[in-house]
Amino acid sequence: MASGVLIIAEQRDGKFRKVVYELLNIGKQIADKIGGPLSAVVVGKGVGEIAKTLGKFGASKVFVVDSDALNLYNTEGYAAAVAAAVKAADPAVVLAGTTAMGKDLVPRVAAKLGVGMSSDTTKIEVEGGKLLVTRPVYSGKCLARVELTGTPQIVAVRPNTYPAAAESSATAQIAAVSADLAAKAKVTQVNKTGEGKIELTEAERIVSGGRGIKDKANFKILEDLAAVIHAAVGASRAAVDSGYATLDMQVGQTGKVVNPTLYMAFGISGAIQHLAGMRTSKIIVAVNKDSEAPIFQKADYGIVDDLFKVVPVLTEELKKLLAE
Amino acid sequence: MKILVCLKQTPDTEATIKITPGGKGIEEQNVKWVMSPYDEYAVEEAIRIKEKKGGETVVVSMGPDRALEAMRTALAMGMDRAVHCWDPAFAGADALGTAKVLAAAIKKENPDLILCGRQAIDLDQAQVPAYLAEILGLPQVYAASKLEVQDGKASVTRRIEGGEEIVETSLPAVVTCDKGLNEPRYASLPGIMKAKKKEVKKFALGDSGLGASDVGEGGAKSKVVQFLPLPDRPPGKVFKGEETADMVKKVVKLLREEAKVI
Repeated sequence: MASGVLIIAEQRDGKFRKVVYELLNIGKQIADKIGGPLSAVVVGKGVGEIAKTLGKFGASKVFVVDSDALNLYNTEGYAAAVAAAVKAADPAVVLAGTTAMGKDLVPRVAAKLGVGMSSDTTKIEVEGGKLLVTRPVYSGKCLARVELTGTPQIVAVRPNTYPAAAESSATAQIAAVSADLAAKAKVTQVNKTGEGKIELTEAERIVSGGRGIKDKANFKILEDLAAVIHAAVGASRAAVDSGYATLDMQVGQTGKVVNPTLYMAFGISGAIQHLAGMRTSKIIVAVNKDSEAPIFQKADYGIVDDLFKVVPVLTEELKKLLAE
Repeated sequence: MKILVCLKQTPDTEATIKITPGGKGIEEQNVKWVMSPYDEYAVEEAIRIKEKKGGETVVVSMGPDRALEAMRTALAMGMDRAVHCWDPAFAGADALGTAKVLAAAIKKENPDLILCGRQAIDLDQAQVPAYLAEILGLPQVYAASKLEVQDGKASVTRRIEGGEEIVETSLPAVVTCDKGLNEPRYASLPGIMKAKKKEVKKFALGDSGLGASDVGEGGAKSKVVQFLPLPDRPPGKVFKGEETADMVKKVVKLLREEAKVI
């Protein structure tokens, strides 16, 4: 009988994504409620050592699918590997992160297992031993409560929704799993353009610029502010379409969905399409010259003023505060 | 080369979404329905590939009668013909049920490439293409920002955290389309006129070889049990008309003492 929770522990280059630790935290809470162990699956090449470290964050058993064929991500091989681990673990619940890999991989795993799943989930509750999950729909204009029938219940969770699991000295049992890893589509090359930058989808703090930033070069003042508070730098579609920012910076419906603790919007009017990407931010700060800008209706704190006057002062004030 | 595009009709990006009393659905009256924006990238890409390499382009959609309008838009942009999957038995289908119907329709077409939008902007699930690929036994690539097709294979670029990856795949394959892939064209007036005469084939439960319990609400494994409004955000504190430095200091103080995020 299926029991417990299995986490898909996504790694690239031998490092787990931040969301993995968040999944271990919420996964443990769910496992405690529904009964059964918290386990994880790690897929890749030479991942045996990092797999062991998950014990410290609450996994009692880690299933490892290790193969040269899994060195770089490929949908079919990774999906077959995860599906094999699901068969070995027989969990009631499978959790994964809503990441670039997760968005490709998790539905394929669900398809392989012939079950339904919930994408980009922002709340998980347990009712009568079953999950009831909530997720934003219609670009975040409303929420949907989703019920999953079939076993396991597969839920992809939006990064930054839950805090990370605490570290202990516990250890995990390791179990090797094998699968048929044949794949017709394979990643042949990874180009890293954002090395050293904080990833927007994982960022705790984000500083974003919109049409009001007026020029590509002006993003420098936002970068300076971001450096002071360790924030990632984002942009609205208007800023991207005007050529002030690159597409990988775009927050919104046709860009990235972010979920930080602090989101600061400068010169962003707050079109529906932007709100779709950032409205679950815990605290929103808006700076705009136009007091009628819709972003002020969503903001916790706002300043109606010229961003070019506000940003340098704000950077200095925050620098002073953080130096204390 | 035969290129097939799966599309979905959704409310327009700017549409106001109202939940029906009881929370089982959304109000469909007074909503402007459009082709889901990511599907426009798929349609545009299909037409461009045909313009370069020749062949045929087919658009497939599952949805009630109104979905035909979105398919007409695709035909007006330049797609050759359409397959409209609908049957009362399909109503309430989840991603798996939808994929079963689309797969049944696609098997009859035998395309070299299947393009979809990255996600439909109603439920924002991004699930159907993966179910579809699994049912058809095909490789899939999510969110292409660049696509090069040649001789039975394709090279796809997709954005990942901190960069991009290049995926080489054999064809046929299911590829979903992201912003940046192309600039979708607008339908021209002659295009709109021609679209009216293009073939739209109906595809119902009987054509699919599926049972009523495989698809539709009865067969759904993922169900929206309730739509809920967003929780109210308490009104924010907005400062205006004071010295910049004073307003900044107030906000910084609130960030530290009230919100406790700095």
